[in-house]
Amino acid sequence: MSRIGVFVCHCGSNIGGVVDCPAVRDYAATLPNVVHAEDNKYTCSDPGQAKIRQAIEDYDLDRIVVAACSPRMHEPTWRALLSHTKVNPYMLEVANLREHDSWVHADNKEAATEKAKDLVKMAVAKVDHAIPLYTQQIPVNKKALIIGGGIAGMQAALDIADAGYKVTIVERKATLGGKMPMLDKTFPTMDCSACICTPKMSEVGNHPNITVKTLSEVTKVEGYVGNFEITIKEHAKYVDYDKCTGCGLCTTKCPSKKIPNEWNQGLDNRTAIHKVFEQAVPSKPVIDADHCLKLTRDKCGVCAKVCPTGAINYEDVDRETTETFGAVVLATGYELIKWEDLYPEYGGGAYPDVIDGLHFERIINASGPSEGRIVRPSDGKEPKSVVIVKCVGSRDPNKGKAYCSRACCMYGAKHAHQIIEHIPDCKVYVFYMDVRTPGKNYDEFYMQAKNDGACYLRGRVSKIYKEGDHYVVWGADTISGAKVEVNADMVILETAMVAAPGATETAMLFGVQTDKDDWIIEAHPKLRPVETASRGVYLAGVAQGPKDIPDTVAQAGAAASKVIGMFSHDSLESNPQISNVDIAKCSGCGTCVHICPYGAISLVEKHLRENSVKVTRDVAQVNPALCQGCGACTVACKPGALDLLGYSDKSIMEEVDALCQW
Amino acid sequence: MHTVNLSNVSPDARAACAEIARKADVNLRDCYQCGKCSAGCPMSEDMDLPPRQVIRKLQLGLLDEALSASSPWLCAQCQVCSVRCPQGIDITGIMREVRRASKAAGKRSLPESDVFEDLFLKKVKKKGRSNEQYLAASYNMSSGHLMQDMGSAPKMLSKGLVGVKAQSVRDIDAVRKIFEKCEEGRDA
Repeated sequence: MSRIGVFVCHCGSNIGGVVDCPAVRDYAATLPNVVHAEDNKYTCSDPGQAKIRQAIEDYDLDRIVVAACSPRMHEPTWRALLSHTKVNPYMLEVANLREHDSWVHADNKEAATEKAKDLVKMAVAKVDHAIPLYTQQIPVNKKALIIGGGIAGMQAALDIADAGYKVTIVERKATLGGKMPMLDKTFPTMDCSACICTPKMSEVGNHPNITVKTLSEVTKVEGYVGNFEITIKEHAKYVDYDKCTGCGLCTTKCPSKKIPNEWNQGLDNRTAIHKVFEQAVPSKPVIDADHCLKLTRDKCGVCAKVCPTGAINYEDVDRETTETFGAVVLATGYELIKWEDLYPEYGGGAYPDVIDGLHFERIINASGPSEGRIVRPSDGKEPKSVVIVKCVGSRDPNKGKAYCSRACCMYGAKHAHQIIEHIPDCKVYVFYMDVRTPGKNYDEFYMQAKNDGACYLRGRVSKIYKEGDHYVVWGADTISGAKVEVNADMVILETAMVAAPGATETAMLFGVQTDKDDWIIEAHPKLRPVETASRGVYLAGVAQGPKDIPDTVAQAGAAASKVIGMFSHDSLESNPQISNVDIAKCSGCGTCVHICPYGAISLVEKHLRENSVKVTRDVAQVNPALCQGCGACTVACKPGALDLLGYSDKSIMEEVDALCQW
Repeated sequence: MHTVNLSNVSPDARAACAEIARKADVNLRDCYQCGKCSAGCPMSEDMDLPPRQVIRKLQLGLLDEALSASSPWLCAQCQVCSVRCPQGIDITGIMREVRRASKAAGKRSLPESDVFEDLFLKKVKKKGRSNEQYLAASYNMSSGHLMQDMGSAPKMLSKGLVGVKAQSVRDIDAVRKIFEKCEEGRDA
């Protein structure tokens, strides 16, 4: 005979305000094998937990039912509590009276109370068949993989590496840095972006604990927390980095000089063999195979001829390597939205002087093509009237994204400030919907930009068209209730951040979910902001959603501390709620082997005694370290040989039966 | 909704708006258009542009629209807006200076709005105080409302509330000095 204790939680008024908790408690006390039932205001709190502990002693309980919020919220809390008592942590059932009952049935209190009784009855029936489960130890491979070499990835890598653990960074581009070194100044302090970012890049490149793989991507992930087997594909660079000294002779001699330079947003050109930018890390060139004459037409070959160390290798191929990592940080970053396809009313990209924020960063950047002079891309003239348009693609669910991109208000103010600083007689108009500056010294920065003379006009721009050598911008000033027109020499569109291409595919390799906008979903939006639902996989930076540099760096540090925390243990506890094979029933058909998404099941030959006869045949075997307890195999198994521990067919049938008994 | 081309706003108009603000000792860029001034203004219900809008017009350099508004003339100079402004802008001062500029430019929207003010000051300057009976009479003459409040005159005369004889302060020179000082400051 089991001895079950039922604890009904009011959750303040969340449950108690709708469900008659004392009635549920009294009802629970009448259920079979329930020896104690009580209700508490907050069962998750310290006093609430103490009551459970006391009741276990007083009533000699061996199974617990907590009727409270979703088990996703506090099941780990009760499990942790039970691990310090004589009750096995898996002899616990949580009846969800909040999300499944009080929150959705607030309009009918009587029915909600009846439903609560049913939920408790089901939980009691299920826990009656629970068996004790025990965790196992999983070894931890103390090496971290960071995906993305922007400021988020670099910060996380440095923090983990400084704690003494090995780190590998995988970066798709040919250099570390991401977007930050493209920027001119960073708000609100206006320190030079490259001056604070490139030293970090070089620190990462030179760190003895950090390996940097550029032009690389993750192609395959196997294994589990502490023991991820990850395949990394390094794309051909056509330059042997062991031999290359980065002298740059090849790039000066390359005859293919008319390739739009992505780093400068196409404002100037680069060569086929090129270094992404002057302070790139690694400070070595790569060959752009699509434009190299040797690789496309088997002509030229100048770079190989001039290279003093013989580092050029036209035969270079993509290479795949597989390594084991204990933890992963996803820091896949962002791109700016392709506004050209979405906003024909802004010229759809046809006007050379209607540019996005990153274009402007390259124009005003001292290392950009105009060496920091603000000039129009079309004719190189200094603009005397500039319009800045915010929320292009942001807060526009119809054409772009519904979310606020968070950083645009601030970099819009920065651009306004910079233009007035560089060209004091230039008129700057900023069209905005709201100004959102919730950061340290942020609003002061915005007010300063206004005080500099930026004319802020509250309204969206409806149209931009060319008239002579300037552009006419139509907008509204809803503050004065007037439609306004501005003749602008240049228009800067502060466009939305969108998830980097391939972010969702990369996340899916790790079983991590992304939302409708491809941002990675955190394990809990408030309490587990840098973890993902996959154990051992963390996130940092804009990959999770738009944010600015200070927030990104803070989040990267948080992700690193989670990894370091994990690496401070030699082993982790496994989840014991895994699939279990009844070999007597297993026919050895192998269906489960193919259906398992984690590759946790294999067929092994076993010597069995069946009907007093010795037989040797294949049966399924589950690797407890790999099994994640998803249950797919238990559904697929025709003879019903597979059962999920903690969710056995028997216990679930008991639950259903309990509900069906009137 | 009418359209304003902000690029075509004349530099003179911008300069004039800036001058109004300078005289009121206000930085127009300080105003972030929260509307607290207008929400608390006891006169705003009767104004065509609430105080916030008057400042907005000045911010955008739309001088004519600011000068032809009724608001500065309806403003009671009660200071509620100035006291409550989170940016510490002297909106009352702006209203005062817009009123002056409006009068100078001949843009005042309410035809008699300055008649009483002018007469009052003229009388005070001359006698050191206002004599209600003459002020009322002059106002009726100047404004064209000849019979306004005439019905109450006999009763007030009989009760001695107003007299026939104009009174003057003893030291009229001191009053003149006050006026001179104020007029100096006005154009400073």
